[in-house]
Amino acid sequence: MSSTISPTDTPPTGVAATRPAERTRAKNGIAWGRIAAWAAMILLLFVSLFPFFWMLRTALASNADLVKGSQSLAPPGATTFNLKQVLGLASEAEIAKAGTATSTEINFFVALRNSVIICTLITLGQVVFCSMAAYAFARLRFPGRDKIFFLYLTAMMIPPIFTLIPNFVLIKNLGWLNTFPGIVAPFFLMTPFAVFFLRQFFLGISREVEEAAVLDGASRWKIFRQIIIPMSAAPLTTLAVLTYITAWNEYMWPLVAGDSENVRPLTVALNAFKSATPALAPPWAPLMAGTFLAALPIIVLFVFMARRMVDAIGFSGIK
Amino acid sequence: MATTAGVGRKALSRREAPKRRSAWLRPETRTAWLFLLPSFIGFMVFYAIPAVRGIYLSFTDWDLLKQSGAWVGIDNYKAMFQDALFWNALGQTFKYVVINIGIQTVLALAIAVLMHRLTRSVVVRGILVLPWLIPNVVLALLWMWMLDPNLGVVNHWLTAVGFSEQGFLGSESQVIPTLAGINIWRHMGYTALLLFAGLVMIPQTYYEAAALDGAGEWRMFRTITLPLLRPVLALVLVVTIVGSFQIFDTVQIATGGFGGQPGGPGNASRVLYLYIFQQAFEFNALGYAAALSVALIVLLLAVAAIQLRLLRAGESDLA
Repeated sequence: MSSTISPTDTPPTGVAATRPAERTRAKNGIAWGRIAAWAAMILLLFVSLFPFFWMLRTALASNADLVKGSQSLAPPGATTFNLKQVLGLASEAEIAKAGTATSTEINFFVALRNSVIICTLITLGQVVFCSMAAYAFARLRFPGRDKIFFLYLTAMMIPPIFTLIPNFVLIKNLGWLNTFPGIVAPFFLMTPFAVFFLRQFFLGISREVEEAAVLDGASRWKIFRQIIIPMSAAPLTTLAVLTYITAWNEYMWPLVAGDSENVRPLTVALNAFKSATPALAPPWAPLMAGTFLAALPIIVLFVFMARRMVDAIGFSGIK
Repeated sequence: MATTAGVGRKALSRREAPKRRSAWLRPETRTAWLFLLPSFIGFMVFYAIPAVRGIYLSFTDWDLLKQSGAWVGIDNYKAMFQDALFWNALGQTFKYVVINIGIQTVLALAIAVLMHRLTRSVVVRGILVLPWLIPNVVLALLWMWMLDPNLGVVNHWLTAVGFSEQGFLGSESQVIPTLAGINIWRHMGYTALLLFAGLVMIPQTYYEAAALDGAGEWRMFRTITLPLLRPVLALVLVVTIVGSFQIFDTVQIATGGFGGQPGGPGNASRVLYLYIFQQAFEFNALGYAAALSVALIVLLLAVAAIQLRLLRAGESDLA
C-alpha cells in the first residue's frame, strides 16, 4: 500500500509553486484554523466536564427547589443535607420533612466501605499473582508457554456474560453468594489483561542485570522479588490503579453475586437506591449525592495519577 | 519460598552441563509453573471451565431455582430462532451499535487529530478521558437526571433555544439513540486517546514534506493520517464494536424509569445483553440464557473476523 503515500517523490516544481502561499499565510498572522480548532477543543472539554458539575450542583441543592424546576447554575437552596441522608446521618423526621424518603433506607457509608474492601482485595490479588505469571511468560522457558499465553489472550475476548452464568452457579454451589469471597473470587487470581499488560513491561526490561544475578547464584524468586519488582514500580502502580478503578466500576457480577446490604458495593447500592425511589417524585438531590460519593474517589485518584494513566491508555491500545 | 529458591539454583547447574532430558523435567519448568500456578487456577476455574460449562448448559433446560436441568439437545437453539424477543433484542442491539460506533469513531478521530495538532497537555487528555473512568451506573443515573423530560437541564436548554421538549429515555423511538449518545459521551475521549497513540507513531517528516508541497490540513488528513492510521483504527474498531455489543449497565439502570422494567419503554431498549441477563436471573432460564450467550459469542467472532478481513488490520503501511 505504499502507493497511497509518496511524499518524497513529488516533483520539485510543486514545492516552488506553493512556497509563496505559505509565506503570505504566515504574514497575515491570525491563524483562523487554529482558533476554530481551539474553540472546538474547548467545547469538547466543556461537554466532558459539565455533567460532573451538574451532578455536584444537584447533590448540594435542596430537593424542594429542584422539584419546582429550578435550573440555576448555583445549587438552589444550597445544603449538605443530601450527603448527610445518603451517609445515614439524617433522622427519619428530617428526611420526611425534606420530602426525600425512599421505601428502604440505603446507607452509602456501608456501601463505600464494601467497595473499598472489594477493590483492595481484587487489586492486591491481581497485582501479585499476575506479575508472577507475567514474569514466567516474559522470562522463563517452559514447554507450552506460548500456547498457554495465547489461551489467556483468548479469554480476554470472552464476553463477561458468557462466564457470568456458570460462575454464578459455581459460587452459589460453594455457598459464597452474598459474601466478600464470592464477589472477589472471579477477579482475584487473574485477569488476562493484567498478565498481558505486565508481560509487555517485563519483556522490555534489560536482561543484563538479571543475568549477572543468575551468575551470582540468585534464585528466580529472588530475582523476581529483588530486581524485577523494584524496577517495575511504575507499571505496577499503573496496573494497580487501573484494576482498582475497573473493580470500582464493576456492576453486573456483584449485582448477581452480592446484592445484600452488608457486602454490596456502591454501584449495586445505587441501583438499590433507584429501586427504592418513588416513581412519581424521585428525590433527585440525594440520588445525585449518592452518585457523587461513588464518583468522588475515582476522580481524586485520577487527579493524582492522570499522567501515568493517560500514558497507559495509549500503551494498552496499541499493543 | 525456600523450595523455589532451591529449584532456581539447580536450574543453573543443569544448564551448564547439558543433559538430554525432556523439557518437562527441567527445573526451570517447575519454577515457571510455580510462578504461573495462582493465575492458572484463576484461569481454569473462572474462565476456561465456565466457558465449557456455558456451552454445556446451553444444551440443557437448567433452572436457576431448581438447580438442575436435563439434556435437551438443540431445543434451546430452536426456540431461539422462534423467539420474537430474541430477534427484537438483536435488532435493537444492531441499531445501538451502528449509531454508537458510527458517531463515536468520527468524533474520536476528530478529537485525536485536534489533540495531535494542538496540544500534548495531560490536563486536556485527562479531562477528555475522565467520563470513561466513572462507573456506568453513576453516569446512567446522572444522565437520567439531566435528560428527565420535566426537570432535566437538557430539555430546559432545548426549549430555551426554541426546540420542543424531547422524551429521550422515555420515548420508544429515542431511547436507543439516547443510550448511544450517553455512551458516545463516555467513550469518545478514551477512543481518541487510543487513536492518538497511533497518530504519534506517524513520522513527522511526512507532514513536513506535504506542507512543503502546499497540502492543506484536510488533504494531509486524507492522504497521510488516514491511510497510515489504518491498522490502529482497525484494531480500535474491533475492540469498540465488540464492546458496544455488550452494552448492559447503562440500559439496566437508565431505562424503564423508576419502578419500570429495564429494557423499556416496551421492548424498545431490550438489547441482547440485557435479554440474556433477564432470561437467566429473572425468568431463571439459565439453559436458554446460556444458549443466547453462545449466539452472542458466535456473532462477535463473526463481526471481528469480517472486520479484520475488510480492514486488513495485520498489514501496516509504515514499513
